[in-house]
Amino acid sequence: MKTIIFLLLFFTSGHLLGLDSITDKLKIEEPEVKVVNFDQLSPYLCPDSDSETTYIVNFFATWCKPCVDELPYFLELHKNYREEGLHFILISLDFPQHLESRLKPFLTENSVTAEVFLLDDPAANDWIPKVDESWSGAIPATIVCRGGKSSFYEKTFHSTDELIELIQPYLNQ
Amino acid sequence: MKNTTLSFILFSIMFLFAGIQLHASDGGGLKIGDVAPDFSLKNIDGNYVSMSDYEDAAGFIIIFSCNHCPFVVAVEDRMIALHERYAPMGWHLIAINPNDPTVVPDDSFEKMIERAQEKNFPFPYVKDVGQKVFPQYGATRTPHVFLLDSDKVVRYIGAIDDNTRDESAVQEKWLENAIARIMRGMDPDPLETRAIGCTIKVQE
Repeated sequence: MKTIIFLLLFFTSGHLLGLDSITDKLKIEEPEVKVVNFDQLSPYLCPDSDSETTYIVNFFATWCKPCVDELPYFLELHKNYREEGLHFILISLDFPQHLESRLKPFLTENSVTAEVFLLDDPAANDWIPKVDESWSGAIPATIVCRGGKSSFYEKTFHSTDELIELIQPYLNQ
Repeated sequence: MKNTTLSFILFSIMFLFAGIQLHASDGGGLKIGDVAPDFSLKNIDGNYVSMSDYEDAAGFIIIFSCNHCPFVVAVEDRMIALHERYAPMGWHLIAINPNDPTVVPDDSFEKMIERAQEKNFPFPYVKDVGQKVFPQYGATRTPHVFLLDSDKVVRYIGAIDDNTRDESAVQEKWLENAIARIMRGMDPDPLETRAIGCTIKVQE
């Protein structure tokens, strides 16, 4: 009887240990997403004080097809220019209740390397003009900026080259 | 005297060109105070809908809408409620789907009929075939509201209210307030609002 309990314990704990290491692995691989309102987000967007970094900021959502279509160009751009000081920020406008079920799996599947935020702020009429006075609120939308200078684009991009053209003048500053 | 006339003509010509250029650079969309163009677009019931079909209209709630956009889905019930409340007062809601179905198959005419049946839309849901109407209005996203008065003058442009995602958290019903103010002979306040929405899908 004792042997059986011992064996049982042995196997159970071994099993648990195995499970633990798998969960640890998952935790490491899980993409980090900061859920923020606009006030919390704005210090991250193109701080004037940081003149060393060129920022490319993309507003997107997993349900927005043109956004999903253009994302690979942003990822390729980031891969090729991160060494030159390009920082890629991806701002998701997914509904907060879809953080775990849609956004995080999407980021993992697409190996997204950006700093990711979920902007949970319904007061869009207040913060849209703060992003750019000309923005109607349609996504995708993109900002390129460095040290207080910025350009805004309410459009979909169709190649990495198009993006390279946008960032070149900023990288060469 | 001759010189004066000549410079006046030259000045007028310059002014004319400047005017044209200014107009060209603003994207061609409607502004507050502009008269909105009428249209004749096919409704899900097969009939063509124009604003001129409505006699004695108090105004029109034109909403550029679609099937697939989560921000539209979030306001569909509000669109139905708006129609039910305001149509009896002469304010007619017309939903226009501007998306190219070859880009978004979910926005095909057949799918529009399906969606309208699922939701029991009591208002016309018409297709901007050829995508000629949305650029005239300057719509950029779905949902995008243009509120017109009885003379088809644009009085309010923007969102239905201040919380697209969550109706229970709405604090300001911009569109309804705009209608109420127009009915009292006042201008809406605010005149324009913005909200997140889906881009209008066109062939690249």
